Amino acid sequence: MRVGIDVGGTHTDAVLMAETTVLAEVKTATTLDVTSGVVSALERLLASSGVGRGHIAAVMIGTTHFTNALVTGRRLARTAVVRLALPATAALPPMVDWPDRLLKAIDPRVHLCDGGHEFDGRPISPLNPDQLKRVAAELSVHEIDTVAISSVFSPVNSELEERAAGILLAELPHLRVSLSHQIGRVGLLERENATVVNACLRDLADEIVDAFTEALRAVGIHAPLYLSQNDGTLMDAEHTRRYPVRTFASGPTNSMRGAAFLAELGDCAVVDIGGTTTDVGVLSGGYPRQATGEVDIGGVRTNFRMPDVLSIGLGGGSRVTGGPTPEIGPDSVGYELTRQALVFGGRVLTATDLAVAAGMADIGDASLVRHLGREFVRDGVAWMAGRVSELVDRMRVSARPLPVVVVGGGSVLMPERLPGVPAVHRPEHHAVANAIGAATGQIGGDVDRLFAITAARTREDVLDQARAEAVERAVSAGADPGTVEVVDVDEVHVAYLPGNAVRVRVKAVGELRLGSATNEEVRA
Amino acid sequence: MGVNLTVDALRDLAEGAAVLGTGGGGDPYIGRLLVERQLREGRRVTIISVDELPDDALVLPSAMMGAPTVFVERPPSGRGNVAALRALEKHLGRTAAATMPIECGGLNSMMPLLLGAQLGLPVIDADGMGRAFPELQMETFAVYGVPGSPMSIASDHGDVAIIDALDNVRMERLARVMTVEMGGAAYICDYPMDAATVRRTAVPGTLSLGMRIGAALRTARERHDDPFDALTAALAGTIYSHGLILFRGKVVDVDRKTVAGFARGQVTLAALDDPADQLQITFQNEHLVARRNGELVAIVPDLICTLNADTGAPVTTEALAFGQRLTVYAISTPEIMRSPAALDCFGPAAFGLSDPYTPVERLASGARAGASER
Repeated sequence: MRVGIDVGGTHTDAVLMAETTVLAEVKTATTLDVTSGVVSALERLLASSGVGRGHIAAVMIGTTHFTNALVTGRRLARTAVVRLALPATAALPPMVDWPDRLLKAIDPRVHLCDGGHEFDGRPISPLNPDQLKRVAAELSVHEIDTVAISSVFSPVNSELEERAAGILLAELPHLRVSLSHQIGRVGLLERENATVVNACLRDLADEIVDAFTEALRAVGIHAPLYLSQNDGTLMDAEHTRRYPVRTFASGPTNSMRGAAFLAELGDCAVVDIGGTTTDVGVLSGGYPRQATGEVDIGGVRTNFRMPDVLSIGLGGGSRVTGGPTPEIGPDSVGYELTRQALVFGGRVLTATDLAVAAGMADIGDASLVRHLGREFVRDGVAWMAGRVSELVDRMRVSARPLPVVVVGGGSVLMPERLPGVPAVHRPEHHAVANAIGAATGQIGGDVDRLFAITAARTREDVLDQARAEAVERAVSAGADPGTVEVVDVDEVHVAYLPGNAVRVRVKAVGELRLGSATNEEVRA
Repeated sequence: MGVNLTVDALRDLAEGAAVLGTGGGGDPYIGRLLVERQLREGRRVTIISVDELPDDALVLPSAMMGAPTVFVERPPSGRGNVAALRALEKHLGRTAAATMPIECGGLNSMMPLLLGAQLGLPVIDADGMGRAFPELQMETFAVYGVPGSPMSIASDHGDVAIIDALDNVRMERLARVMTVEMGGAAYICDYPMDAATVRRTAVPGTLSLGMRIGAALRTARERHDDPFDALTAALAGTIYSHGLILFRGKVVDVDRKTVAGFARGQVTLAALDDPADQLQITFQNEHLVARRNGELVAIVPDLICTLNADTGAPVTTEALAFGQRLTVYAISTPEIMRSPAALDCFGPAAFGLSDPYTPVERLASGARAGASER
């Protein structure tokens, strides 16, 4: 059995699952102290299901802690950046495009050093160990113990980042090192940015992982702990300490994957309607489609793997104004819905009130919205359905119509049918879809780099090599080798290079290997 | 003399240059950051009219040559572009009075600004393409008899070579090979000429045009105005006088392949209210030709721009994806780019297209006449 937990800003949701069956679900308030909220969710979950602690084989947690830390600029560690590239890139040092707010919070030390590769693997300049030893001395003086290392074309050749890390660690054994080739893809500034974000979160990552581990111990669960990544796959606790940035945006991913799981659909659009916003994403083969290009987080441009989600300001608490035509959102009463909405005796006309007046939902006191004009209600409901259908339409990946799964507290705003949509699903347990997404996470492996196609190495050879590497990475990350399959292959030929350079992205995923070690731990 | 470039004007130019990139030209983003850093460190970029220079002043146009993908992974050292200029000066035995873009569309709108800031060299408000094109011989300079050679090419490290080719096409090929050896992105100065020749052969005012376009889109967004009305208003009265919406629709198909180093392909859009009403654009790095239900509506060298339907933000051919809502917007090229000699150099036939060139505004009025007959 597995436990899935989603630690959000306000709620902590937890589910207990046996294979594909949801045995129990609970919703609790998120606590300021990380451990106690998870402890109380786990205890209530075990109590309501009557399942013994020893039967839990794994606990999967999705958390917004790291995203929130970057967005608020709080609890970020002072960080150094070492870029291996000179003489290249000198005109554009690291972090030039960061917002002042975050520069102040991180107070970075920036070091440009020799190193780097050309696109075809030739060195730009050899690594200079003395230079790096001087960097180590400076880090020591400034008491900085987390560093991001980037090297030009490290997605093609990671050797220099690894050697530089070795040199720094020999001088400063306590140093935490984040290497850019393990974090991002081609595109130096964006990859470097993501690596710096990772580096400045390392202290917090230790704290959070320790807190989760402590929570499991306190409840008496000895199963291994996993955290959700933004592509819907899982990483273990040790990986989380090293790659906290990979948890970014795992919330929407989990909610989308959980929704698809509940509706038993691999290809669908998921509409997650909360109190203030609606998020729409698309799954293909059970995994969220990833955004192409750059993603802006807290004002930092990055290129790490993120789900492609469209959001609009429409939710259960959206204010409704206007007349004769209703205008809905983006202003919302948010969590105050149960005090301010008409159906709860409040004074604000909200989207939820329209749904109740239209007979689509049974919330609060329906008599309090009986006075609303019939046409006004009908137009408002049709407008909301139309907006959501339009978003779904924009997210479609092919001309084929997609079924829609609606989840979240605001899902009552959607009618039984949506224009242009073959089927609307509103599955059971939809309120805890995100925790279910965490519980059903798999293990993945990625390859994304430039390959040179030559007479001796054909396109097929290159693709085979990339596929094999992706499978190997999934297995080494903890996937059961028998279940690993390649789910995505994408090749982009690089314009203006007659040398037949091709950028290949491959992703492989498999089921989490729940080893016999778990049973031994249970016995112990 | 001249105008000092501000950070705000630079940002406007970066967006306007992406519009003039007509789907290609490379993202100006990194170029913009490079120049912005120079400005923040107190250096200046002075943009001048060519009329501010004496006839015999030496002008050395400058650019980045190679793959934008390499450029985003290996941003410049700031040595290569300076080395290229110094090498050509040395070869000619003369000192440059100014630099200028060879290509105002995309990333190369930014590179002369970087060089200008580094060396305190004025940048002329004009260029040789009036948009983005894929090859070095596709220049109005070449059309009106200026040889591209001698040109200089420098690696990011600062290695330099002078290419003195027999013609501009041979120059392009030699430079392309050398670019690969230099790591896939190199820095060049070509078409050395005097100010009088710039006046005769360049497309004038294209940097200020880029700023004007960028400012119009930004202001429209700030005021929640229609960005396409703003764009049309910004173009009116310039030498790019006709700006018009060709189509509003949704991407229903993108078909890409790479042929001989070029990103070629087609994108198909369908009208929102009538899926049978379709526009198809063929591109080779940049958009080349647009056909609505099989009928020609715009063709190179007129500009075909794919813009986000809500914001007017330019969408490059690389970023095109199914489901995007786009407004396809055409901009007429100035007369200097429409002469028979110009069309020989970068008209439809230069890209292997069999359709003859017809100005976009004439195609549009023909369609209107056709519509009114029905």
